Amino acid sequence: MQNKLFVTIITITIFLFNFNSFAQHKEHENESEEIDLKEEIKEDIQHHLLDSHDFTFFTDSETGKHYGFPLPVILLDNGLQVFSSSKFHHGETVAENNGNYYKLYHNKIYKTDPNGSIELDEHNHPTNAKPLDFSITKSVVMIMVTGILMLLLFGGLAKSFGKGPIAKGAGRFFEPIVLYIRDDIAKPNIGDPQYKKYMPYLLTIFFFVWFLNLFGLTPLGVNVTGNIAITFALAMLTFVITQFSGNKNYWKHIFWMPGVPWPMKIILAPIELLGVFIKPFALMIRLYANIMAGHIVLMSIIGLMFIFKNWIGSSMTFFLAFALSLLELLVAALQAYIFTMLSALYFGFAVEEHEHEEAH
Amino acid sequence: MEIPSIVGAGLIVIGAGVGIGRIGGSAMDAIARQPEASGKIQTAMLIAAALIEGIGFAALFAG
Repeated sequence: MQNKLFVTIITITIFLFNFNSFAQHKEHENESEEIDLKEEIKEDIQHHLLDSHDFTFFTDSETGKHYGFPLPVILLDNGLQVFSSSKFHHGETVAENNGNYYKLYHNKIYKTDPNGSIELDEHNHPTNAKPLDFSITKSVVMIMVTGILMLLLFGGLAKSFGKGPIAKGAGRFFEPIVLYIRDDIAKPNIGDPQYKKYMPYLLTIFFFVWFLNLFGLTPLGVNVTGNIAITFALAMLTFVITQFSGNKNYWKHIFWMPGVPWPMKIILAPIELLGVFIKPFALMIRLYANIMAGHIVLMSIIGLMFIFKNWIGSSMTFFLAFALSLLELLVAALQAYIFTMLSALYFGFAVEEHEHEEAH
Repeated sequence: MEIPSIVGAGLIVIGAGVGIGRIGGSAMDAIARQPEASGKIQTAMLIAAALIEGIGFAALFAG
């Protein structure tokens, strides 16, 4: 038994080295091809991180065929312009609708002449007119899918309580998470009677961010929470809710901090006011940067698989990518948790009642 | 000689790394001392780590 194992290991090692030397031999021949490959991977990663007007799953680089489906384009330009994004042919051609011509340039729609010429200024920014874009893009589709999914899952969970005390189906998995958010996030941070008002928002934000983070890890190739516009909107919601639920104590602690000498009060007021805006800003950057960085690292490591053209390198990068995917799974939940947690904390600051002012 | 801004970002990231490491280490000590309070300690640890992480990312984007 021991002998057999030993022989197997030796055989595998010899095979590996053989393949390795073969691969190295080949590498020297096609050095320029390798640079092309690196450029291609870089482009692929950049393309993945951006939102797009069509839902492409993958592209066959040899035939140049895209597998996926087009999405509707909705523009506000002399009235509503609605057409399918298949007219762009993935940015290769000019789309014509009601006598207007549009072209995709770096995933943004510009108005052009029938030839589709894009004029660039000295900073390489197009000077063409940009119509207001309300298109159903890839991110918007994923947001809608997540919305419908949440409606079904949690509507079902709520309904199943009408039949008996125990949740049914997928609700059995989600019920403890809902209770965790109530008992360990909302109650200790916001306070007992006030937390009820904020529970719908906290639950929505947690599951929305979590589901979208998880969708980002599937091979659908979407990057919704790694898009700064979306995290900005989420952080904005938290900001607006915090400001509108702020009570007398909250504003007093910002503009006239109790319990410190008056020169300190004058110094603290601008700092506290700045903090009001920094809090949602940090919320926005944190989620965006974490998901973005995760996607870049994961895709780079998957790209390494194609650059290493031997057994050892490619299989090692496979395991690295696998381990990193597991880590990203943790990050997906952790970022959703932190977003919810900090939102609850900020709401807690806003509604806090101070009975012992002197204790500060 | 002009120092590129990414060097500053790197310095800040080093600082953030040290900070998060210290938070994690202290949380470990605290949990070892009082295992029954581990839930509360973990929550506080995550919040503090998230705040520092925010600074690190802000520096990366500025740099």
